[in-house]
Amino acid sequence: MATAKRSESSPNAPLRGGSLIQALKQSRVEVVAALPDIVTCDAVLWPISSDADFTLVPVCKEDEGVSICAALSYCDKRAVLLLQHTGFLDSINAIRSIAVEYQLPVVMIIGLQGLEPGRQPIESQRLGIRILEPICAAMGLSYKILTRDSHARVVRQGIDWAYEHSQPMALMIATTPE
Amino acid sequence: MMKRDQALQTLAEHIPDAIVVAVYQSAFDWMKIRPHPLNYVCTGAMGQASSHALGLALGMPHERIVVLDGDGSLLMNLGSLVTIGSLRPRNLLHFVSHNGIYEVNGRYPIPGGRAIHFDRIAREAGYAHTCSFSDLAELKKEIKNLLSVPGPVFVSLHVEAGNEYPRDYVAIHSAQSRDAFRTAVRQRIPRR
Repeated sequence: MATAKRSESSPNAPLRGGSLIQALKQSRVEVVAALPDIVTCDAVLWPISSDADFTLVPVCKEDEGVSICAALSYCDKRAVLLLQHTGFLDSINAIRSIAVEYQLPVVMIIGLQGLEPGRQPIESQRLGIRILEPICAAMGLSYKILTRDSHARVVRQGIDWAYEHSQPMALMIATTPE
Repeated sequence: MMKRDQALQTLAEHIPDAIVVAVYQSAFDWMKIRPHPLNYVCTGAMGQASSHALGLALGMPHERIVVLDGDGSLLMNLGSLVTIGSLRPRNLLHFVSHNGIYEVNGRYPIPGGRAIHFDRIAREAGYAHTCSFSDLAELKKEIKNLLSVPGPVFVSLHVEAGNEYPRDYVAIHSAQSRDAFRTAVRQRIPRR
């Protein structure tokens, strides 16, 4: 019986943490504010924690990270916030005011913990995930949903767009990166 | 008990052009006491001053970053003390005006009122230097030292309202304030 072998260059290959981290570097991200998220912890947060190219800022609550990223943008330094979707929901007021209304390049990489495999967030049985896209739409917050390794380029494009246009960006990680 | 504006006036005399993050009534007082494009008053959401300041401290490590926080505001983001205490930015100086009330929100008491020891919380959270003042003369005597010791420094100011200053909410949310700050702070970035 033939064994299916996944090619890392396949357009359908699962998202890899290494690809995501590389995209951050290509976008000149220097600071990562983070609260551990089960979706991205192993493949993204742990490697970043020992990567000298990044300054890691462990925060106690996600809205701290919104402010930290916003403040760094004034200093011409690029940052991202790693968080779980529950932290995004918990931080809505800070995101609404600081990122959206102030039009600041706050880039959030959001792990969708509990999203059923193969489903789009809007189709999830989990209320906390199902409401994410409508919330972003209601706020006028741009977002992308990432599932495949080829989507790493969307990370780079999203970050570059956010800083070039001084606008926030939500990058939703729909599958656990390898 | 010190008047807040007198305490801020004392501070302003020593930091004529430092980057200052200020919130609510402290911001309203400060904008009149020390008008300056490096006043960062657009903090957006209550409680976030210390986190904005940490971002600035990381982004501008060669500059002193001063925070003028409120007691009710800090209670909304107490975890930031631990975040800051863990990273220990040497250039961050965190003042909290402790009057025991939500002054711009109906003067209702904060939980804990005047009994909270913010400086002790900050010390246990990892700030390098913490202290508190209720006497203006004592603050005047120590202010130079506070501005010279390595941070993060936390200073609890036990105050009551001083003169009335206009509550200019338009300014603290305005694009003009943000643009002015951005322009001014980028002029402070050393050339690579």
